[in-house]
Amino acid sequence: MKPGLPLLWRRTKERYNLIGSKCESCGTHYMPGRAVCPKCRRKGKLVEHKFSGKGRIYSYTVVRVAPEGYEYFVPYVLAIINLDEGAKITGQIVDADPDKIEVGQKVEMVFRKIHEDNPEGLITYGFKFKLAD
Amino acid sequence: MKKVAVVGVGMSKFGELWDYNLRDLVVQAGVEAIRDANLEGSEIQALYGGTMASGRLIGQEHISALIADAMGLNPIPATRVEGACASGSLAFRNAYFAIASGAYDTVVVGGVEKMTDASTAEAVTALGGAGDQEWELLQGATFPGLYALMARRHMLEYGTTEEMLAAASVKNHANAVHNKYAQFRREITIDDVLNSKKVADPLKVLDCSPITDGAAAVILMDLDKAKQHTDNYVEIVASAQASDTLALHDRESLTEIRATKIAASEAYKQAGIGPEKIGVAEVHDCFTIAEVMAVEDLGFFKKGEGGKATLDGETKIGGKIAVNTSGGLKACGHPVGATGVKQIVEVAWQLRGQAEGRQIDGVEYGLTHNVGGSGATAVVHILKRR
Ligand SMILES: [Zn+2]
Repeated sequence: MKPGLPLLWRRTKERYNLIGSKCESCGTHYMPGRAVCPKCRRKGKLVEHKFSGKGRIYSYTVVRVAPEGYEYFVPYVLAIINLDEGAKITGQIVDADPDKIEVGQKVEMVFRKIHEDNPEGLITYGFKFKLAD
Repeated sequence: MKKVAVVGVGMSKFGELWDYNLRDLVVQAGVEAIRDANLEGSEIQALYGGTMASGRLIGQEHISALIADAMGLNPIPATRVEGACASGSLAFRNAYFAIASGAYDTVVVGGVEKMTDASTAEAVTALGGAGDQEWELLQGATFPGLYALMARRHMLEYGTTEEMLAAASVKNHANAVHNKYAQFRREITIDDVLNSKKVADPLKVLDCSPITDGAAAVILMDLDKAKQHTDNYVEIVASAQASDTLALHDRESLTEIRATKIAASEAYKQAGIGPEKIGVAEVHDCFTIAEVMAVEDLGFFKKGEGGKATLDGETKIGGKIAVNTSGGLKACGHPVGATGVKQIVEVAWQLRGQAEGRQIDGVEYGLTHNVGGSGATAVVHILKRR
C-alpha cells in the first residue's frame, strides 16, 4: 500500500523519535506504544517511553523482490531488532554489506527515507538501523 | 451443540485461469459440491463465503451476495468472512457453528480468490494487507520476508537447513502430479529449489506458494440428518481457532506459530485423540518454512525436528504422516480465500477413499490447518471417516 498523508502524519512521534510505551504495572516495554497492556489488561498502566534506539539483530533477511515503492532499495536487509529495553521491532539495516550481517550484531537507530512514491507526492521518513561500533 | 458432517465437496481447477472470472470459478465449485451432496439446492439454508482481497484484486466486494446470486440460492442469508489467508477456514467454521447451534441443518461454504487479473506487484501488495501495514509493511517487509525471518531463527536454533526446507516443496510437487485440480503437476528436485531465484534469503521462488485463481465449496449438514441422507459423509470432530499478535516482531518466539499450537491442542481435546491418530493432514505451506513449523506445532514431530523429518520422507504419502497430499499451497496453488475450503475438500476425499493416485490407505482421521498472515490467525479442523 502507498501510505497517504494522514497515516504518516499521525505517527510521527513514534516513527521519528522511537517513542513507544511502558507498562508501569509489569515493566514491559512496547514499540509501537499500546493503549492496553496485553499482560495486565485493566490493571495495566501505560506511560510514554522514549527508546534508546539501541539493540541487537534478532533475525534478518535480504529482500530481493520488493513491494511497490521500495524497488529502488533492492536488495535491502530487513531485520527484527531486539531493542535494549526488551521490545522487538521490524526495520531495515542500512549502510552494510548484506553478506556480513549476523544475528546478535549491535545496531542503532538512524533517521532515513523510507520511500518516495506515494499519492500525496510525499517522501516518507522514518527509522532504520545501522551497525553500531 | 449438535454434531455436524460434510456431505458434499467440490472445487474448480486451481491455476492461472484467464478464461474464467470469479463468478465462473465459484459456480464450478459450488455446483460440484451440491451435485456431490446429492441435493437440489433448495435444501440449503445459509451461505458463508471466504475471500481475502477481492476488493483489491478485482474491485469486487460483497462476495457472499455474489456467490448466492450466481449459484441461484437467493434469498438465503449470505455472509462473507475474512481472516487473510485463513478466510476459507473461518467461513467453514462459521457454517459449522450455524449448524451446531441448531439454527440451520444444511449450509454451503464457498471460498474463492481471483488473483491473476491483477499484476503480480498488485497481488503481492494486496497480500501484504495480512501483515501490520504501519509497522511491518511500511518498513519494507514482504510476506516472503516475514517468513524468511522465521526461517533464519529456525535454522539458527535447530540447525534446519535449506535442503530440509526445499524437501517440503519437492514433496508437495510430487503429490500434485496426482491431483488433476492442481496448478503445478510436475516434479521438481531439491537442486531446482536451491537454484531458483532468491526472493528473501534464505527463501527462494520455489520455497514460495504461487499466485492462483480458484474456488472450493463444501456442504455441511446436521449429522443426524446427514446419516439419513447419505452414506458418503465425513464427521467434523473438531473446530478450533486462535489469534496472536498481528506483527511478527511482537511474538516471543519466531520458530513456532503459537496460534497453531493453541488451536491444535484445543482441536485434539475436542476430538478426543492425539496427533498420532491423524493419517493425513493438509497444512498451511505458504512457504516451505511454514510447513516445517506446522508439522511441529501440530504435534506430528518434536519442535526443531520438522525439517529433518521432511527431508527423511516422513511426511510423504506412505510416511509417518502424509502431509499435503493435494500438493499443498505450494503445488496445488494458493487462491487465498479458497485454500482453507480446498483443504477440507482434499481431506474429505481422502476419508471417503476418493483421492485417486494419492490415496492414503485406511485413513480414519484427517486434519486441516490454515494460517492467516504470519500467524495472527490459525484454524484447525479434524474430520473423521464415517
Ligand atoms: Zn503490564
